[in-house]
Amino acid sequence: MTVDSTAGAPTTAPAANDGPADAGPPELVQLLTPEGERVEHPDYSLETTPEELRSIYRDLVLVRRFDAEATSLQRQGELGLWASLLGQEAAQVGSGRAMRPTDYAFPTYREHGVAWCKGVDPLNLLGMFRGVNHGGWDPDEKNFHLYTIVIGSQTLHATGYAMGITKDGADDAVIAYFGDGASSQGDVSEAFTFASVYQAPVVFFCQNNQWAISEPTEKQTRVPLYQRASGFGFPGVRVDGNDVLACLAVTRWALDHARTGQGPVLIEAFTYRMGAHTTSDDPTRYRIAEELESWKLKDPIERLKAHLVREGWADSAFLESVEAESEQLARRVREGVRTMPDPDPSSIFEHVYAEGHALVDEEREGYLAYASSFASAAAELTDGEDD
Amino acid sequence: MAVETGTKKSWTMVQALNEALRRSLDENPKTLVMGEDVGRLGGVFRVTDGLHKDFGEERVIDTPLAESGIVGTAIGLALRGYRPVVEIQFDGFVYPAFDQIVTQLAKMHARALGHIKLPVTIRIPFAGGIGAVEHHSESHEAYFAHTAGLKVVAPSNPADAHWMLRQAIASDDPVIFLEPKRRYWDKGQLDPNGAPELELHRARVARTGTDLTLIAYGPMVKVCLEAAEAAAEDGLKLEVVDLRSLSPVDFDTLEQSVRRTGRAVVVHEAPVFLGMGAELAARITERCFYSLEAPVLRVGGYFAPYPPSRVEDAFLPDLDRVLDAVDRAMAF
Ligand SMILES: Cc1ncc(C[n+]2csc(CCOP(=O)(O)OP(=O)(O)O)c2C)c(N)n1
Ligand SMILES: [Mg+2]
Repeated sequence: MTVDSTAGAPTTAPAANDGPADAGPPELVQLLTPEGERVEHPDYSLETTPEELRSIYRDLVLVRRFDAEATSLQRQGELGLWASLLGQEAAQVGSGRAMRPTDYAFPTYREHGVAWCKGVDPLNLLGMFRGVNHGGWDPDEKNFHLYTIVIGSQTLHATGYAMGITKDGADDAVIAYFGDGASSQGDVSEAFTFASVYQAPVVFFCQNNQWAISEPTEKQTRVPLYQRASGFGFPGVRVDGNDVLACLAVTRWALDHARTGQGPVLIEAFTYRMGAHTTSDDPTRYRIAEELESWKLKDPIERLKAHLVREGWADSAFLESVEAESEQLARRVREGVRTMPDPDPSSIFEHVYAEGHALVDEEREGYLAYASSFASAAAELTDGEDD
Repeated sequence: MAVETGTKKSWTMVQALNEALRRSLDENPKTLVMGEDVGRLGGVFRVTDGLHKDFGEERVIDTPLAESGIVGTAIGLALRGYRPVVEIQFDGFVYPAFDQIVTQLAKMHARALGHIKLPVTIRIPFAGGIGAVEHHSESHEAYFAHTAGLKVVAPSNPADAHWMLRQAIASDDPVIFLEPKRRYWDKGQLDPNGAPELELHRARVARTGTDLTLIAYGPMVKVCLEAAEAAAEDGLKLEVVDLRSLSPVDFDTLEQSVRRTGRAVVVHEAPVFLGMGAELAARITERCFYSLEAPVLRVGGYFAPYPPSRVEDAFLPDLDRVLDAVDRAMAF
């Protein structure tokens, strides 16, 4: 797939997106309508082959299937918690596929679709939700940083990483993911400031899924979030977050903008959190069912499927093969989680420091001695039973 | 909801806290509740359940998601005569507000030579044991207790939670109110029309004994009471002091207890190194040196990040680790 990143792409956000808040609803960059109709946008063009579209479709379906499996594994007690990405597949797959392998992603706790695009094994994501680790993958292996639970923090890390890229004279870029709720954090404003002042090659990708647990976006802002960028001196764009093609095109443009030394971009992917905040949450306490129903009509996967089928680029054999593959993935995830070993308790003392620390060593020894006193007591007990 | 037994009823800690907030809002129109998801949702633990409906969003405020902003604006509201009760959603999320708490909230009264008061209460569900993901199980009491200008309390049961919260809100000083989240659903007797048994900063002897004093607060009081029960079967009489207040500490109650028993073990979830136990051990040693039969021992978390939930049981002090320390103290 190719994206026309020079001819059609603006160097600043399109005027339509920079209007005042009261100039009616802001324009949403869209390339694929909810009905699955391919439309053009004057500023963001995208050329795709049927093969690429099928590959995108496969990503969306597999990611959703993985997510559903994780939710049910939580219900079965195999995971302690799960933060579902349901409804946000297009925002994540679109932006995730826009990155080069050398581009770096800094996720929140919900970017399972981005992880997928970066080639992170989905099973790796489940460790922290099962409670066997706090992350557990090597971020540098796939250029996908650890999940960050403290909202907003990672936007600064992403900015600093991007500042390093500039110092290295490299042309990589970074995406900092965050939510509508996190946009209120001081860290996010500080990240905007640093990125702008240093023209850091970072794209701020805000998934506005309309909710921060129980708080609607109106509790965080009076202007559309993408408009925040202009105050910091860089472009902001609102994209249809349920349109994978628009997310891909806009993110590609933004990454190019960033990596060519033109500074940061804020993308607001307008989407919806179709599920609960996490498996601990009960959204019926704070939002109405009609809202969910109206967003169902904008489903990111259905529209691409409709497009593929209408164009004759996906037959039932293809759709079935993706379905079968997704079931296979779910099975692998299920089995992988169920057999995921608990860490040894003494691992508590591992990796606390890179260079070691006397107190950690002392406490590890104390712990091991204490733990083995139980083992020997148990052994004595069994010996006793043998008598 | 609450089950009646005489004038007292059985309440969970969540219900007892909710009732304390309700009464504080009722009694003083200047009282405000603010935080993330405290409105319609009623807080992620439902401590503020129903308050938004009954007192309106002018007084029960869903704030933007910014802890520094929440505490910073609570300070401003207090300067304007309000009594904000702030909820920090989980222990690990108070750090963005740490600057506002430690450099501003704690010091402003002194800087203004006493002319202004900062009656801000900061409620924080703290400590572990609920199988949560990272940043949801921290015991950071020592940071706050180490800061002059803040008062720090941690109830262990529903009745204390209720009365101590009302007392904290009524206090003219900033109070860090640490709620042991794993005890949220434990039940206890309470009559909210009655009166508190103790002043906010007094400790309570939760169980009397003669052989050794177990000192704990918040979530570990229950563990210590269970340990005392288990030790009793072996003929050991352990006294349990529920500290309740971590700043100021009721050293008089501690001293009286340890002078009688001659031995003390401090138990908390926070890492032992420079935790509350360090201060308590030093003070007890100073005050009770000639009564002590053994050094004051400490049981706590390790000098490591709070671990993933599947191994948190190894990190958290439990009955066995408390009794192990008791054995060591008795063997001196
Ligand atoms: C600093 C901080 N405060 C509070 C929380 C608790 N919390 C976790 S997720 C969340 C809502 C975040 O909403 P948003 O940024 O919109 O992301 P979404 O969950 O919708 O993807 C909150 C309040 C947190 N993780 N970190
Ligand atoms: Mg959100």
